[in-house]
Amino acid sequence: MRKYIGGKLGLFLLLKGLRMATLLFAICLISFLLIKNSPIDPIQAYIGADMLKVGPEQREKIAEYWGVDQPVMVQFLNWGSALLTGDLGTSMIFRRPVIDIIGERFLNSLALMISAWVLSGMIGFAMGVVAAMKKGTWIDRIIKWYCFTLASTPTFWMGLLILIVFAVWLKWFPFGMGVPAGVLAENVTMVDRINHLILPAITLSIVGVANVALHTRQKLIDVLASDYVLFARARGEQGFVLFWRHGLRNVALPAITLQFAAFSELFGGAVLTEQVFSYPGLGQATVEAGLRGDVPLLLGLVIFSTIFVFVGNLLADLSYRLLDPRMREGRRYDFKPQIKK
Amino acid sequence: MPILEVENLSVSFKQYTGLKQKTHKVISSLNVTLEAGEILAVVGASGSGKSLLAHAILGILPRNASICGVIKYAGEELTPDRQTVLRGKEIALVPQSVNFLDPLMRVGSQVRTSVKNGDAVSVQREVFERYHLRQEVEKMYPFQLSGGMARRTLLSTAMVSGAKVIIADEPTPGLDPDVIKEALNNFREVADNGCAVMLITHDIESALNIADKIAVFYAGTTVEVAPVENFKGHGEEIRHPYSKALWRALPQNDFIPIPGSQPHPSSLPAGCLFAPRCVMATPECRQVQPEMRKLRGGMVRCIHAT
Ligand SMILES: Nc1ncnc2c1ncn2[C@@H]1O[C@H](COP(=O)(O)OP(=O)(O)OP(=O)(O)O)[C@@H](O)[C@H]1O
Ligand code: SF4
Ligand SMILES: [Mg+2]
Repeated sequence: MRKYIGGKLGLFLLLKGLRMATLLFAICLISFLLIKNSPIDPIQAYIGADMLKVGPEQREKIAEYWGVDQPVMVQFLNWGSALLTGDLGTSMIFRRPVIDIIGERFLNSLALMISAWVLSGMIGFAMGVVAAMKKGTWIDRIIKWYCFTLASTPTFWMGLLILIVFAVWLKWFPFGMGVPAGVLAENVTMVDRINHLILPAITLSIVGVANVALHTRQKLIDVLASDYVLFARARGEQGFVLFWRHGLRNVALPAITLQFAAFSELFGGAVLTEQVFSYPGLGQATVEAGLRGDVPLLLGLVIFSTIFVFVGNLLADLSYRLLDPRMREGRRYDFKPQIKK
Repeated sequence: MPILEVENLSVSFKQYTGLKQKTHKVISSLNVTLEAGEILAVVGASGSGKSLLAHAILGILPRNASICGVIKYAGEELTPDRQTVLRGKEIALVPQSVNFLDPLMRVGSQVRTSVKNGDAVSVQREVFERYHLRQEVEKMYPFQLSGGMARRTLLSTAMVSGAKVIIADEPTPGLDPDVIKEALNNFREVADNGCAVMLITHDIESALNIADKIAVFYAGTTVEVAPVENFKGHGEEIRHPYSKALWRALPQNDFIPIPGSQPHPSSLPAGCLFAPRCVMATPECRQVQPEMRKLRGGMVRCIHAT
């Protein structure tokens, strides 16, 4: 029995791995071609403001150095084979290996995204549960109204609003950035970092609750109308016990899956939020790389975000397989009752 | 004194078709009584209101249902508050479908939550053994059970509750004949120990073997309540034309089907609900709905019954 399930899971992971490889290849090729055919001039990106001081010969030398004078397909193969050895190239604007920049920025973003992910998941779930249990009352209407309003609120607008209220007017929190300005890196404390994290994390969570809350509300309403809840009531269960025994497990499962599957929205939200708060995460790096034409960094970020979203979806699938007994345990055991004669 | 009395019960559903609100009366002036120590079999065509009666007694009708009439338990009116207190404890339900099991909860736990007195685990294991469910079944989820195993699990929930009134809504379809016999004998046993059982069933034949009285439903109302002994021969002792026809439609009897079909709740005839299909119908029958009246130790809702 166990072995059978293990085998199924292995096959599942293998198939997912294959899918991820083909997806990554396609994404790499497409983004490479897109960037090559875009008006971005990588040499200008490298030279920056000193463009006027650079003569045509120097320009050619630089082009040769970066390999941009070769045919596009050759360039792609060069880049691709370097990629396979784990070399993402060097960022033109930071003049450092792309992998280092992504690693460093990712840690910052991860703190932001994880706190927002957990916060929005728990608050959204609780809101959905309350709305469904009190369906049709004023509290349900407020929660629904809040979620629908949020669903149509742009993230950057929400970020600006929060920044203005809590950082500018109330001065409760620092005004953007990841660490205090003018403090040496070794003097930055954990408290400083957390202080800088709170507003962006709240912005990202506030926007993130709508989806989970509305989904949980609908799901719990369905569960409460189900035959098995009716039967539980017929057996004398009610209120919190009823929710705990039959509601929670039937609602939490899809909510967890949904929350993992929302990694792409989380990443998209982080890009905008980090921009508003000048928070030095992946999102901000993406915007800069795009605006300033840093091709290696941009490609590295595209690959990384693809993996990130893919992993989110994989976790969503896995959570379902591991948590739902209908997926986890085999089909029915069919045997005839033994009748003692 | 009867332990459960249902007097003049009616149940209606509010339904919206577009903006127009309509009420369908699906149960009307229904009367039934249940005595301790007795099994009452409830038979009737599909849609005649058997499940709704069960749900009305337990107070678990859907929100858009409204009821009137009186239900009494142990002589006192069964108000919604009392229903909340009594259900699961004094009144237990065996639901009609296996979908009533929680799909994400192990079936052993689902039976244990019904145990009100004593050690839940040992009570559950005992009842599983009685219904030939092996011990590993308690760890399974409903999707892993066969239909028959799920039915036996549902039966177990009622048997362990220690309730004084058991309402079993078609508990036996899909079971092996041996298990059916076993389950019905259990009902007889609990009734002999002083419980009251309402056995809703399509299986008139096995109902006759264990029940004391039979209530026949038609289009949301009781047309006859009779002692089982009356169901024999060509049905000469049966009071109501519909029950008679039902009896004679059985394969082992004359196997004559009743022409026509039960009216839909939205288009009930005036007067006697059975009149459009009744061979004995006279113009009087179509005037007013006949009252339930006593006749030869039973009850009947027919002006011409003798
Ligand atoms: N929620 C509901 N809303 C509207 N009408 C309903 C609802 N539930 C049941 N009814 C109607 O009430 C009538 C009686 O239904 P009920 O389920 O009690 O029948 P039944 O005698 O148990 O039938 P069966 O033998 O098929 O179980 C049916 O006509 C059905 O359409
Ligand atoms: S009242 Fe008339 S129509 Fe109704 S069952 Fe009796 S004889 Fe038939
Ligand atoms: Mg029914």
